[in-house]
Amino acid sequence: MAEYVGQPVLRYDGIGHVTARTRYVDDIQLPGMLYIKVLTSPVHKGIIRHLDTSAAERMPGVAGVITAKDVPGKNAYGLIPDQPVFTPEHIRYKGERIAAVAAVDEDTAMEALEKIKLDIEEQEPVFDPFKAMEPGAPLVRPEGNVWEFNSGKTRKIRFGDVEKGFAEADVIVEGTYTTATNDHAPMEPQVSVAYIDETDRLAIYTVSQDLYFHLGMLTAIFNLPMNKIRYIGGTVGGGFGSKNDIHCDHVAGLMALKIRKPVKYRLTRREETAYTTKRGPWTFYFKDGVKKDGRIIARYVKTVHDTGGYAGMGPYVVDKNSILVAGPYAIPNVWVDGICVFTNKPPASSMRGFGIINGTAADQLQTARVAEAIGKDPWEVHFINAWREGDLGATQFKVEAAGLIEAMKRAAELAGIELPAHLKAMSSRGR
Amino acid sequence: MKYVLSFNLNGLPVDTLVKATDTLLDVLREKLNVVSPKRGCDNGDCGACTVLVNGEPVRACLTIGLTVAGKNVQTVEGLQQDGKLHPLQRAFHEHYAAQCGFCTPGMLIAAKALLDKNPKPTREQIVEGISGNLCRCGTYVEVVEAIQAVAAGKYKE
Amino acid sequence: MKKRGIGIAVGTHPAGLKGGGDPSQAQIRLKPDGTFDLLNGAVDIGQGCKTILRQLAADELDVPLENITHQNIDTDTGPMCTGTFASRVTFMDGNAVLAAAADLKKKIREWAAEYFECSPADVEVANNKVFVKGVPEKSLSMAEVGAMVNWGGKFLVGTGAYTPGPGQQFDPDTGKMTAIASLAFGCCVAEVEVDTETGVVDVLKLVQVFEVGKAMNRLLCKGQNNGGAMMGIGFGLTENVCPYYPTMDFAVQDLTDYVITTAADMPPVMVEDIVEVPHPNGPRGAKGYSEMTASLAGPAILNAIHNAIGVWVTDYPATPERILKALEAAHA
Repeated sequence: MAEYVGQPVLRYDGIGHVTARTRYVDDIQLPGMLYIKVLTSPVHKGIIRHLDTSAAERMPGVAGVITAKDVPGKNAYGLIPDQPVFTPEHIRYKGERIAAVAAVDEDTAMEALEKIKLDIEEQEPVFDPFKAMEPGAPLVRPEGNVWEFNSGKTRKIRFGDVEKGFAEADVIVEGTYTTATNDHAPMEPQVSVAYIDETDRLAIYTVSQDLYFHLGMLTAIFNLPMNKIRYIGGTVGGGFGSKNDIHCDHVAGLMALKIRKPVKYRLTRREETAYTTKRGPWTFYFKDGVKKDGRIIARYVKTVHDTGGYAGMGPYVVDKNSILVAGPYAIPNVWVDGICVFTNKPPASSMRGFGIINGTAADQLQTARVAEAIGKDPWEVHFINAWREGDLGATQFKVEAAGLIEAMKRAAELAGIELPAHLKAMSSRGR
Repeated sequence: MKYVLSFNLNGLPVDTLVKATDTLLDVLREKLNVVSPKRGCDNGDCGACTVLVNGEPVRACLTIGLTVAGKNVQTVEGLQQDGKLHPLQRAFHEHYAAQCGFCTPGMLIAAKALLDKNPKPTREQIVEGISGNLCRCGTYVEVVEAIQAVAAGKYKE
Repeated sequence: MKKRGIGIAVGTHPAGLKGGGDPSQAQIRLKPDGTFDLLNGAVDIGQGCKTILRQLAADELDVPLENITHQNIDTDTGPMCTGTFASRVTFMDGNAVLAAAADLKKKIREWAAEYFECSPADVEVANNKVFVKGVPEKSLSMAEVGAMVNWGGKFLVGTGAYTPGPGQQFDPDTGKMTAIASLAFGCCVAEVEVDTETGVVDVLKLVQVFEVGKAMNRLLCKGQNNGGAMMGIGFGLTENVCPYYPTMDFAVQDLTDYVITTAADMPPVMVEDIVEVPHPNGPRGAKGYSEMTASLAGPAILNAIHNAIGVWVTDYPATPERILKALEAAHA
């Protein structure tokens, strides 16, 4: 009976990595390949009044220029497809794509970008999500600055009765926590190589983490069926959620379709840092009702997520955060209000943990404060409240294969911490 | 205006036409298709393009190509001898010191530069030796373990 | 003054899309020499799916690991996978691979039943052989089966798919949403030293334990655990794209000023382990957990800072500036 599962089998791709035989997208060079650079918005918010690419098109060494007019299908992509590949008019963040040039090399493409005549009517941006929510704030989006969930302007989680819980509590503990904008910073920057293959199909070497998810988006942009795109990938130099969004494939694909020649579009580290999706910042307000014995019997959480100029995965991240922001605890009364706000920043999207890392960051400081407020050891609070098998989460899911207590016991042991006997006696299998 | 650049690459002479502004990374990757040095930042921050020039580790992205004229340049493509993996390559593989693998060539070169000068480094010296090489997968613990194993003679031929 | 403190953080993490509805598929083909090609559409971003999916396929087919190749090179050949995100590939693609292997075994049994003139239920696929149970002379090596199947004009391909269930929406009023594929758990203990003159934090020791259901490959888990810690330390102490948030003033430009954890910033003592509470729906009991490895070090470190200096820093990252300001405010 083969038993490889659980064994430290060596990485299948490990030999490729240590010999540098592993091929990443920027390692691909095709004969006659041209290089793309993109003109991006120099302002945070504005309206394009005039765009003239003719001088760039005439420049020696330039093979093609594309703008919003060159998108044959939907000029929109994303999990919530609201972001244009090239913005035709409205600019919602600094760095938004306006036009792309393909040329014999990147230097020539950069020179050509300078020949594009761009007239933007600059508008007042809004960066602070709390200001963006105020009446009369500059509108990032025509429909308003707050995302509409199926529950309205807040993602609502209502479990039990928090007011009753607060009334029955011995102590109320409040806290406000913020997390910052984070960059995925994978060592492999965003890059795409596109060409027309021997069957006259569009082929794209991609760094996508999600071949089929992005293939679906690309079919809409290019107005092509799935089998007219050969999407080549599967090996990526680090993603962490950055390659969960398309950054280059749409531009490279559109250019290859237009000029019918191989193209490479790669972001410099600076372009990647400035313009690509981020882990958006959050503000969390917690109010807990706690019994003196350590039980958290009510938890109210209000979250505000800054998703930048486009939805990206922002609303999804707020949803996912709301499911678990109350922590891995059996709290009988939970109220969560999750708000997702547009501001004039690069779109926030997924990054390792999809909002759960941010919720954990806040809930774990709050829970430590709960322990401090009632004079208990934090271990005691974690153990007493930890989910057991069959407990319900705030969105009423049933906890299966619970294992937090077992993980805590082992961690304490490895940290050289002697837990009290009554905690050591606990198990996730029952309360 | 282009210049002829001649140097020794992994033991073999090469010559190519380069611009004065081409970096060694441009020369290796774009002109010679030697792609083990990775373009991670073009700014000397990440170390993914680390190569050896006359035995010294340098950032290929910060090195003007023409400055290596007549010198010996070593990359991961030249680590294997007689078809056999270098001890560091074996150790990295067996210690899972590569995850996505993108920083790995630079790490290997940094490790080789360290061990060539100091075959028995302390843990602190190893950490210092690779501290200029960023790995976003976070393989540092495994990289240090792999280099320690080589230094301890566990990967002798 | 240098002050030491200890802090803990715990957490949980689901596998897959919130609300479910994120399928994966896999395909396994029997080649003419009895070896196999495993095809799927998941992307290896370093987490190791190219490694563990073969482990699962080899176990289910009961054949040597080296007899299985894995390809995920493009969408022409790779079956559908929603994507490599949300700690979902081990769980979803792992289940799809097990289903494909089971399907191929079924097809091999049906072929062999005709050959051996018996019922498919009497045919066993095990130990890289195909044989009739209890009849030792009716046995073929997988190499013989591969040759006879393929040169005999047949093509045996096992296909498998897995979805944790159809996509589910939140109830707008209560937020009810019960589709959670699996929940993994974790606990982190951090020991720090805070310099109250400079606000600089040194992480001296980090202990991380994750409950993973069933580890597919313990050393890949180790890589995730230590690697996630690297990112969690940055989350807790240094990483901030907009240091003057909510403005964009002095937003970072590159890796010079976006400070990610280097080898020299890693705690000198790193301890990691796993515990296993198998999940009933996970492949061999596995859960998805790797994102969570980045979630716990940050809050454990901030709790340790509080333990060391007695004041709360409630904004991530806990930069020296923020620590000194918190100390000043406490002493004012």
